[in-house]
Amino acid sequence: MLFADTVVGDTGVHKPKVILIMVVVATVIFTLLGLNDTIFGEIMRPVIGEPKESGLFGNLSVGFVLAIILVINIVLIGFLPFRYQVIVVWLQLLALFLTFFYSFDLKIEFIRSKIWFMITQGVFTTLYISAISIILASFVAIFGAIAKLSSNGFAFAIASFYTSFFRGLPLLMQLYLIYLGMPQLGYVIDAVPAGILALTLCYGAYMTEIFRAGIQSINKGQWEASRSMGFGFGLTMRRIILPQAMPLIIPPTGNQFIAMLKDSSLVSVIGVWELMFLARTMGNKDFRHMEMLITAALIYWCLTMVLEFIQSRIERHYRTASH
Amino acid sequence: MSAPIIEMTNVNKWYGTYHALRNINFTVNEGDKIVVCGPSGSGKSTMIRTLNYLEAHQEGTIRVNGTDMHPRMKDVDKVRMDVGMVFQHFNLFPHLTILENLMAGPMWVRGIAQEEARKTAMMYLERVRIPEQADKYPGQLSGGQQQRVAIARSLCMKPKVMLFDEPTSALDPEMVSEVLDTMVSLAKDGMTMVCVTHEMGFAKAVADRVIFMDEGSIVEENDPINFFENPQSKRTQNFLSQILQH
Repeated sequence: MLFADTVVGDTGVHKPKVILIMVVVATVIFTLLGLNDTIFGEIMRPVIGEPKESGLFGNLSVGFVLAIILVINIVLIGFLPFRYQVIVVWLQLLALFLTFFYSFDLKIEFIRSKIWFMITQGVFTTLYISAISIILASFVAIFGAIAKLSSNGFAFAIASFYTSFFRGLPLLMQLYLIYLGMPQLGYVIDAVPAGILALTLCYGAYMTEIFRAGIQSINKGQWEASRSMGFGFGLTMRRIILPQAMPLIIPPTGNQFIAMLKDSSLVSVIGVWELMFLARTMGNKDFRHMEMLITAALIYWCLTMVLEFIQSRIERHYRTASH
Repeated sequence: MSAPIIEMTNVNKWYGTYHALRNINFTVNEGDKIVVCGPSGSGKSTMIRTLNYLEAHQEGTIRVNGTDMHPRMKDVDKVRMDVGMVFQHFNLFPHLTILENLMAGPMWVRGIAQEEARKTAMMYLERVRIPEQADKYPGQLSGGQQQRVAIARSLCMKPKVMLFDEPTSALDPEMVSEVLDTMVSLAKDGMTMVCVTHEMGFAKAVADRVIFMDEGSIVEENDPINFFENPQSKRTQNFLSQILQH
């Protein structure tokens, strides 16, 4: 929540002027979309006659009716308390998406026959590649951050070159460079290690900056206090600085993990049997692309929702535990 | 006379072109209680921070506990272990409880067993009269209590000398005396102390010597009676009349 003002005005969407503007704007937009040859025009055939020949009158009527429905819906939602507003809007948007998916004439049977394999093979691979990569990336990030903050020119140069390079190249290109480039050096790398390496290096570069900011945000007095008691650099870092930086580092790291979960789909291009790869190949065989893509999309979405939930719990934990 | 624990000889320090310390010479013997005062920007904090090498000096020598302090020294941590430091802003570790704050140094640096460290920590918490706060976190304590914990934290390391860098300047007025009381009792027990402070009452009560600094140099060094009754330099007189006029 942002700052909540204690002064409450009228609900915006209940002001006559606002309602009028919404109706006009929605009518114009829907009219311009030209919806008379869609299912809506079909429904309104008694009013506008043959939809295909109804022209501007047909478009305008359909647009106006849709606009009225939309605005009534918005006004009604405006009466609800916050919680129910959230639930109703979520359900409506979800229904719109499902309608969109449904319009592809999906074969549920086909999805049902493949989904188990997609989860056991695809989700499992996606999750373990992401999990290993995020853990390795965290280690890279700690050392990267320390190097970037160090007064050693050698360490700083390597770390800043590393972050610049790996943040500057598309992840897909890094993946190709590692998978196709390493064999040039005489070292043939398997697809899964190549994928993990690319994700680790790329996200390690981003997370270096997160860790650096976290470490830097700790008051200089903490360093002085612990160094003045005879703590060495490593001890200070491990026992004093990092434990205090963690609450600042973990939430954005969770974000990175969510992003990585989806970016791991890029690994499919080098033939790792993760979720995206299975969605494409299994769909290809039977020319049922949409079924598999939509299934994979929903699985990704569910996974991120679970992770977002976990992340919000972790964030709350650190917020309440900050003394 | 006992052996010198701190010796500063012709110490000079610059921040860029700014001459922060000019030809500082002074000696602290074991058991000495020294108060350093002076207007803000006079270099007194910088001076005390060079004593455990939180700040580096560029010229002259600083010997602490028999070790020369210089940029290439290997055993700076060893020197620091024996030099306690209390900061203006306490600098307790906010993620550790009070007891853990006190046990951290002895356990992690000195390698003392947990049980013994706990016993020592509780002893010093009793000494600063807040044993009941042992399991709280620093953020839950008042400023005065935090500063007393900070003093106890330094004492747990069994230092040979204690440095105080304006220990009461960040406190609400009603909390100043509880911290000063702790410092006075520490002085009575014979602790060697160097205190940067404006608390002239404290200086009169415990100091063996008072040092007045201005613009990076030591202007005057005297015993408290002479320092307050019969200040030699004009700048000292000005300073004293300013802070004692109320």
